[in-house]
Amino acid sequence: MTTGEGAAAPGRRSDTGHADSLIAGEDASPATTAPAGGVPSTGGAAAPTAPRPGRRAELAPKAWVAFSFLFPALLLLAVLVLYPILYSVKRSMFDALGTHFVGLSNYKDMFTSPDTRTAIKNNAIWVLVAPIVVTALGLIFAVLTERVKWSTAFKTVVFMPMAISFLATGIIFRLVYDADPSRGLANAIISEIHDVFSNAAHYPGGRPRGTQVLTAAPGGGYQTTASVSPGGTILLPLVGVAADDLPKNAQDAIAPSARSGAVNGTVWFDFSRGGRGTPGSVDRGEKGLPGINIQALQNGKVVASATSDGTGRFSFRTLGAGSYTLRLPPGNFAARFAGPTWLGPTLATWAIIGAYIWIWAGFAMVLIAAGLAAIPREALEAARVDGGTEWQVFRRVTVPLLAPVLVVVIVTLVINVLKVFDLILILSPSSSQASANVLALEMWRVSFGGAQNYGLGSALGIFLFVLVLPAMIFNIRRFRREQQ
Amino acid sequence: MRNTRRVAAAFACLALALTACGNSNSGGGGGGSTTSAAAGDVSLPDLAGQSCEVAAVWSGAEQANFTKVLTAFAAKTHATTKFTSTGDDIATVLGTRVKGGQPPDVAILPQPGLLKQFAAQGALTEASADVAAAVDKNYSRIWKMLGTVDGKLYGVFFKAANKSTVWYRAKAFSDAGVQEPKTWDGFTKAVQTIADSGTVPLSIGGGDGWTLTDWFENVYLRQAGADNYDQLTQHKIPWTDPSVKAALTTLGQLWGSKNLIVAKPLQTDFPTSVTQVFSDSPKGAVAYEGDFVAGVISSETKAKVGTDAKFFNFPSINNSPPAVVGGGDVAVAMKGGTCAQALLRYLASPEAAAIWAKLGGYTSANKNLNVSNYPDDTTRAIAQALVSAGDNFRFDMSDQAPAAFGGTPSKGEWKDLQDFLANPSNVNGTAAKLEADAAKAYK
Repeated sequence: MTTGEGAAAPGRRSDTGHADSLIAGEDASPATTAPAGGVPSTGGAAAPTAPRPGRRAELAPKAWVAFSFLFPALLLLAVLVLYPILYSVKRSMFDALGTHFVGLSNYKDMFTSPDTRTAIKNNAIWVLVAPIVVTALGLIFAVLTERVKWSTAFKTVVFMPMAISFLATGIIFRLVYDADPSRGLANAIISEIHDVFSNAAHYPGGRPRGTQVLTAAPGGGYQTTASVSPGGTILLPLVGVAADDLPKNAQDAIAPSARSGAVNGTVWFDFSRGGRGTPGSVDRGEKGLPGINIQALQNGKVVASATSDGTGRFSFRTLGAGSYTLRLPPGNFAARFAGPTWLGPTLATWAIIGAYIWIWAGFAMVLIAAGLAAIPREALEAARVDGGTEWQVFRRVTVPLLAPVLVVVIVTLVINVLKVFDLILILSPSSSQASANVLALEMWRVSFGGAQNYGLGSALGIFLFVLVLPAMIFNIRRFRREQQ
Repeated sequence: MRNTRRVAAAFACLALALTACGNSNSGGGGGGSTTSAAAGDVSLPDLAGQSCEVAAVWSGAEQANFTKVLTAFAAKTHATTKFTSTGDDIATVLGTRVKGGQPPDVAILPQPGLLKQFAAQGALTEASADVAAAVDKNYSRIWKMLGTVDGKLYGVFFKAANKSTVWYRAKAFSDAGVQEPKTWDGFTKAVQTIADSGTVPLSIGGGDGWTLTDWFENVYLRQAGADNYDQLTQHKIPWTDPSVKAALTTLGQLWGSKNLIVAKPLQTDFPTSVTQVFSDSPKGAVAYEGDFVAGVISSETKAKVGTDAKFFNFPSINNSPPAVVGGGDVAVAMKGGTCAQALLRYLASPEAAAIWAKLGGYTSANKNLNVSNYPDDTTRAIAQALVSAGDNFRFDMSDQAPAAFGGTPSKGEWKDLQDFLANPSNVNGTAAKLEADAAKAYK
């Protein structure tokens, strides 16, 4: 009925208000000068700024009609939103079983528990980092693909993660972030790249058995306990060499023979299959370790180095008289680089924020692209004609004009991020969950985990509610301002 | 005028549709008529039209095997059965459902502590006289006591576990020339020798905290004795007791030795810790956990139990007598009704146990189960050890503790031992944290 629309139109001018009651994917029709179809704009942008009061009263629906239409929604809101909030406040003042009144002691427990403090700290990191990065990425995508022919395809692909449930995303990212390079995609790529640029150690895990012949050297690697002089020989037995690491040119080890003027030695894998053989002496069948770098030290300084051959023998021929210590530098034995532990206690929160960004960048991009489409081209052209570079045009014209949309996106994301729960539950293994803890997860564990402490859980719920309130109030204020 | 008639017609259709939906499934059951199968089999009522939901922690291979038991039950009684896997967090999942008034008909709880908790909340239905008689006939006293709270029997232990079995890859042992160790010192030396031979020996599934509690309990039972074990279970001695610290020190010496544990144990969950030992490019030689490891090996790796994969009993410490720490999954009825009780009756019978026994990865505490049902000598040996353990059998301590301490991922004992694995020299700090968490949970 046209009368109703005419009266309602002034309130509908701020169409960006749509974005805030957001079901994901809903496009926000831009506000201002270009009403995007749909709303009959006869009454719209050209609505009289000060309708005559008498006429307005006749046009408006009667109060009881408005109330009866709104009543079902109000009832649902009261039952599903208002009552639980009030009940939670009451329940948070009782103990775990709900029988004794304990006043504010649940809140005290909450703030003194280290789990909650970690959760608050992590929520702060989430709120400060995630919305801004998501919005920035969305802005970049929207601006860069604005005039490209394949922008629709690109936007579809970037937006698709929003169609997957958070649970499925968590499982996908578990596979990506697995710390083992043979299972986790991220570490597989990283360790491949690392291996291209660095020389892999020949014998990761190689080490002496005990400390009689070789001990740990300061600065890594191993060093002989006894010193050796030219004309002497030395045996360097090592264990812990995996069968896969023995190169093809490794032959049976041969004990060194003394030769005047030279220091001869053998470094070999001192382990006989079946555990037979004498530790410390070269037994039949034990393999030499070729390719090991050995350094000769005098007074702590490296004076010569040698490499072992296929039978494990090495020789220093150019040493002068004196006694030397031999050292096996750590480069021989460094463990294979496996990549960082993405889901370990230190990196878990950041890794999960990465997964979150992957999901929500599309949302930001779609909203900002819609806002971008509403910017009048004349303003941008004028700026370019005036001699602005693309970057200046972006910074001084585009972004300020986009400010309303950016604010909507950021505030929506802040509210969303404060409630993040399922990503952390799924992604982080239980050994890291305490470090990646957030308030929503803590509330769930405390209430429904073994403790079944609904009092403490309600207190956490109310605390979370209080944290979200400022964002909600900001949103409501913005609604009001735009409606005027 | 026409509009109102259309609207009225629409409402009438809607009303008809709603009444049609509402009437289905009521009174569909065939009443209490009993159909008994062949003589000697357990007799169960005909439950045509009824449906039973069973919730348990099992997933993967264990779920597939248990579903076969449910299928046999459904075939006998014509009931429909549904299985819900809750994952390790069964305390949380069931807690939510109980609070919401939607519990499953039967739940299979991995911890008696959880059974006590739900019984205290009034969420369980007492077992019928039929079921109690079956338990008396088929189980020894200790299993009935574990399923009883305040004199009322609630649970039937359908699956038992011998958690004192250490599994190893036979080739790794023979390559290193190591024999099955009988003592803790022998075990440490064997593990060291395997490390020297170039294979990192211990594969620990630290990502799942409960595996670490099993390590601790086996060491503690042997080092501190059965009496201390019982007292610690009931929190009559604190976790800062010297006996606890001694056990933590012993464990810490093993876990703290460099090069003995396969990389990143805290990121490795239990199934992975087993499959990586027995896979084609194996990582690790020894996987300690209970007899259910055999089920994981046979269904998820190509290794054969008994030839490629063998086990030895958890080594004794300071000449301790042979002891078994074990566990069990207890089936309880969470809703009243004939289907739940019939299922409990069936699970208490040797017939149901035989179905899963034939599939492997399962041990029954049912003393009337013929051990020839087990598929190979290995499982037969495990089962016989369990059933005949007698007075030296102790139920897993963390499963008897309140769930907040002994049964919740990333909290309580599970989390504290994970922290201990990350830092095995911190014995005093770990003992203090364990005591703090226990004090909160046991009150």
